[in-house]
Amino acid sequence: MSQAARPDRRKRRILPGFGLSLGFALLYFSLIVLIPLGGLVVKSAGMTWAQFWSTVTAPRVLASYRLSFGASLIGAAINVVFGFVVAWVLVRYRFPLRRFIDALVDLPFALPTAVAGISLTSMYAGNGWIGRFLEPLGIQVAFTPLGVIVALTFIGLPFVVRTVQPVLEDLDAEIEESAASLGANRRQAFVRVILPEVWPALATGFALAFARSLGEYGSIVFIAGNMPMRTEITPLLIVIKLEQYDYAGATALAVVMLAASFILLLLINGLQRWASRRRPVCGD
Amino acid sequence: MSAARWLSIAGVACSLAFGAGAAAAQPKGELTLLNVSYDPTREFYQEFNAAFGKYWKEKTGVTVTIRQSHGGSGKQARAVIDGLEADVVTLALAYDVDAIRVRAGLLATDWQKRLPDNSAPYTSTIVFLVRKGNPKGIKDWEDLAKPGIAVITPNPKTSGGARWNYLAAWAFARHKYGDDDQAKDFVTRLFKNVPVLDSGARGSLTTFMQREIGDALLAWENEALLALNELGKDKVEIVTPSESILAEPSVAVVDKVVDKRGTREVATAYLEYLYSPTGQEIAAKHYYRPRLKEVADKHADRFQKVRLFTIDEEFGGWEKVQKEHFDDGGIFDKIYQPGP
Amino acid sequence: MTSASISTLPRPPAQRATAEPALVRWLLTAVAIGFLALFLFLPLAAVFGQALERGLGAYVAALRDHDAWAAIRLTLITAAIVVPLNLVFGLAMAWAVAKFEFRGKSVLITLIDLPFAVSPVVSGLIYVLLFGLQGWFGPWLKAHDIQIIFAVPGIVLATLFVTCPLVARELIPLMQAQGTEEEEAAVVLGARGWQTFFRVTLPNIKWGLLYGVILCNARAMGEFGAVSVVSGHIRGLTNTMTLHVEILYNEYNFVGAFAVASLLTLLALLTLGAKSLVEWQTRRRPAESGSAAPDAAAMGPLTPVPLQPVSEKTRNEH
Repeated sequence: MSQAARPDRRKRRILPGFGLSLGFALLYFSLIVLIPLGGLVVKSAGMTWAQFWSTVTAPRVLASYRLSFGASLIGAAINVVFGFVVAWVLVRYRFPLRRFIDALVDLPFALPTAVAGISLTSMYAGNGWIGRFLEPLGIQVAFTPLGVIVALTFIGLPFVVRTVQPVLEDLDAEIEESAASLGANRRQAFVRVILPEVWPALATGFALAFARSLGEYGSIVFIAGNMPMRTEITPLLIVIKLEQYDYAGATALAVVMLAASFILLLLINGLQRWASRRRPVCGD
Repeated sequence: MSAARWLSIAGVACSLAFGAGAAAAQPKGELTLLNVSYDPTREFYQEFNAAFGKYWKEKTGVTVTIRQSHGGSGKQARAVIDGLEADVVTLALAYDVDAIRVRAGLLATDWQKRLPDNSAPYTSTIVFLVRKGNPKGIKDWEDLAKPGIAVITPNPKTSGGARWNYLAAWAFARHKYGDDDQAKDFVTRLFKNVPVLDSGARGSLTTFMQREIGDALLAWENEALLALNELGKDKVEIVTPSESILAEPSVAVVDKVVDKRGTREVATAYLEYLYSPTGQEIAAKHYYRPRLKEVADKHADRFQKVRLFTIDEEFGGWEKVQKEHFDDGGIFDKIYQPGP
Repeated sequence: MTSASISTLPRPPAQRATAEPALVRWLLTAVAIGFLALFLFLPLAAVFGQALERGLGAYVAALRDHDAWAAIRLTLITAAIVVPLNLVFGLAMAWAVAKFEFRGKSVLITLIDLPFAVSPVVSGLIYVLLFGLQGWFGPWLKAHDIQIIFAVPGIVLATLFVTCPLVARELIPLMQAQGTEEEEAAVVLGARGWQTFFRVTLPNIKWGLLYGVILCNARAMGEFGAVSVVSGHIRGLTNTMTLHVEILYNEYNFVGAFAVASLLTLLALLTLGAKSLVEWQTRRRPAESGSAAPDAAAMGPLTPVPLQPVSEKTRNEH
């Protein structure tokens, strides 16, 4: 990357096509994304503030936030731990089928979520491949909040692995070596040298997985059981409100979700800035 | 990888899409109807559509293709309200059909009077499906509210069938214990026994049969019989309660749509054919209770005798029920609210 | 523990003083593989296991069903419209963002990711609110007999929304890393705009572009939540493959559901294969593209918002 060409800003308008490309991109993006989303916000403005507030703070809705946020947080946290281990193993060790496994990490991104949902449900239900071993232990996964966490862990996995992997690959072996030569043992080297380097990427991966999980719908509806107050996620509540012809309620919840996504995006952006500032410009 | 080539690909793709759209227009001598229905009617309408197609071809020489859309009753009504061009709707309950009239004005006010029997050509009721041998000894509604029994039902807020379930339980409790407060208490206890609340009748059936969760499934009689006969006589059996509700799934021609598409004649004939001996016979075959006496008598052994009450005599109509029980903040929501 | 396959990473696997003891290595690998097995391999196997539960005959019969074919066709048509459109958008957006400086650029870069962060259900809902019969344009559309929601255009729109950042997201970091020198040289030497683009830029970004297209295609074919809200679920007409899976599943037709699901899974595996191939290509010939070849980080991981290349970010800080 260090050999990347550095454009001279004074010359930047030498290139043609700025107006055309930006104009087209903005027009397209506005038509497909921004205007429809803006319409959502405008639509919700048709409600009074009191109506809006009582809709988005109804007990059942609050319970769904708790589940959506809680399960997304836990799922992302599980992914931070295991995603890091997976990334570490994939980068540092060589073993048979490594490249195959590496490619498969992206499966949750490529696999339609509905397929993931029915597949996970059929495995974790009481008579499924995994469920039948957990059931006797008193652990029920499918149709409980635990099932939601499992699905969200599946969904979020590639986000952590893929943000941490390049950082681990770029990690300068010399720093570790000098730490070792200065007498640091492996654990110290890990805590003092590796972790500080990887930490911003982990945080970014966590935020990405969290953001993705928050809006997830396809896989959850199959595995959650959809019990009011217990296993209803917020996107499902939007659908339920729609099916009860409650357009205003659905819109209000959608605006809350939209605001949450937007804040998360800003946060992720900040994290990435912070991460890239902390990462040294590594040269060869 | 030239721009021209990309553009031409995009062009072809677009023309494909619009070609597909144009194909939906009605050519002469051929008709399409869209029947928007609820979850458990798939197999029934598949067979009925074929029968009607044959009948119509013989009668008029016109080939009619009937498209089907299935889903939760409320969701389907919502789709029609939002512009899904259904020629006929065959939903789980009159309330959902009426919602299309109220919210989108697509139906005439008197829609329910235009066809015989409240516009419900077949009926059903709510029964219990239990595990083989009935290990928990479930005999009647009151057993469902006992501690330690797991009951599977879909969510009354999204599933038409589940509303029938809920109301049947409510009416039973009112008859048995005396008043609405007792009924509320009973229904609350019953729903505390529900571990999974699927959004539709089919989801619940899957949960009960395939995932093997729950001791009893509250189901449409037709779904229960279907499950029993096609999926597992060795796994489950049916328990018919002492009394239950007469479920009347309503059908209606969507006036605004058929007038626009010019399909009123065939759409009306389609629904009327449901009342014909052939239609009733197919309904009975798919475990719906036929209205026509001779067909009903012929299949009397299929359907258990049970005391049935109607929604109008017990609850004073759907509108009232919906407002009191199922709207946001209604009694059903209170069941799930923690507190006193 | 060297695998038989050729190692493509420059760093030798054994790292003397900085390597963990064999036991730790073994344990970590076991944990990683165990975790992946539980969450990735088993669901994958479950799909095929259930699809083939009643034998190959039932599997093939399920796929030859008329409605299954219609669903496959609709999915292909949708992808055929969505991918080229988003490709053009991605190119335009990346060109503007990566090659020029302008006010509000960082806001724009943040906004691009919005469709990823928004719940798919919300993205379906907004089109219902706009084009539904009770929506803003509903009455007008009805008067002009244009059907958007519950027809192919609605499905295409919802899919466009969900997948529109993908190509742009892959190209922006890549084109930023490559800078503008080559294009500027071409322009100075008298090349016209489009010439510059096709002769200079496109060869440099072709693998990144392909990568974005592969991802966009996978997402377009697999979208569920958004499409489910706008589809109308008419059998043989507005059911995409993912919706058809749900319908079959609800019909108690598990073999059918998992058979169609297995096709989608195969598509996902194919996507992963193609993606690995592209990565391998870009790593294999770094020198070919002249100036900066993207490394793994600049290519962007398979995430919606890959890390920006370091050089770009640090440059912005000055």
